[in-house]
Amino acid sequence: MIEYLTGILMVLGSLFCLVAALGVIRLPDTLTRMHAVTKAGTLGAGLVVLAHAFFHQQTGIFLRAGFIIVLLLFTAPVAAHLIARASYRSGVPLSGRTRVDELKKTALK
Amino acid sequence: MTGATVFLHGAGQVSMAILLAGMFLLLWRLSKGPNAADRVVAMDLLSVLVVTFLVILSIHTRETSYLDVAIAYACIAFLGTIALARFIQKGTRNKQSRPDLRQKSDPLYENLLDKRRSHD
Repeated sequence: MIEYLTGILMVLGSLFCLVAALGVIRLPDTLTRMHAVTKAGTLGAGLVVLAHAFFHQQTGIFLRAGFIIVLLLFTAPVAAHLIARASYRSGVPLSGRTRVDELKKTALK
Repeated sequence: MTGATVFLHGAGQVSMAILLAGMFLLLWRLSKGPNAADRVVAMDLLSVLVVTFLVILSIHTRETSYLDVAIAYACIAFLGTIALARFIQKGTRNKQSRPDLRQKSDPLYENLLDKRRSHD
């Protein structure tokens, strides 16, 4: 039984990772690409790690899997924030369909 | 081999294939990416995919020590992404590309530079 759960979670997680990669290919500018990476990538990796924790049912594995999930959840937003800041400051053009650029006025001068 | 084991084996192979496909897509973006920030984004997701791949490998081979490798890789990849992001930001500080966003220089630092110049 646990094998079926593990397999389904594993395939689901890697499909989410594939969706994140497709987002990086298809979306129009850096900020939207980063948005795909942060959400879909973290969810996919989290599902696979959860599958691992279900499969080997040991305390040590549970702790380590939990640590990986927490690590992903904490580092992904920080890294995304830094990349966004760097890309905006270095003048990377936004997508042509952008309506509002609020940072333009408050400007990181 | 029972049915469940066969299912798990197949699921492992399928998900590794899916992840490899995603990695190749990311390599395309990494080589093409119009600017440095896009490349950093692609590297970031690539490292997440490698962590995921290691965890799947750990299930597939029933070898739990791959999980420790995944932990170490996740930590180091985070540091790498941060370093690259800081590098992009530093590299453009004095560029003319967007003068309205250019940082004002630090007066203390300017003072120090002046002192050094007069010292010479």
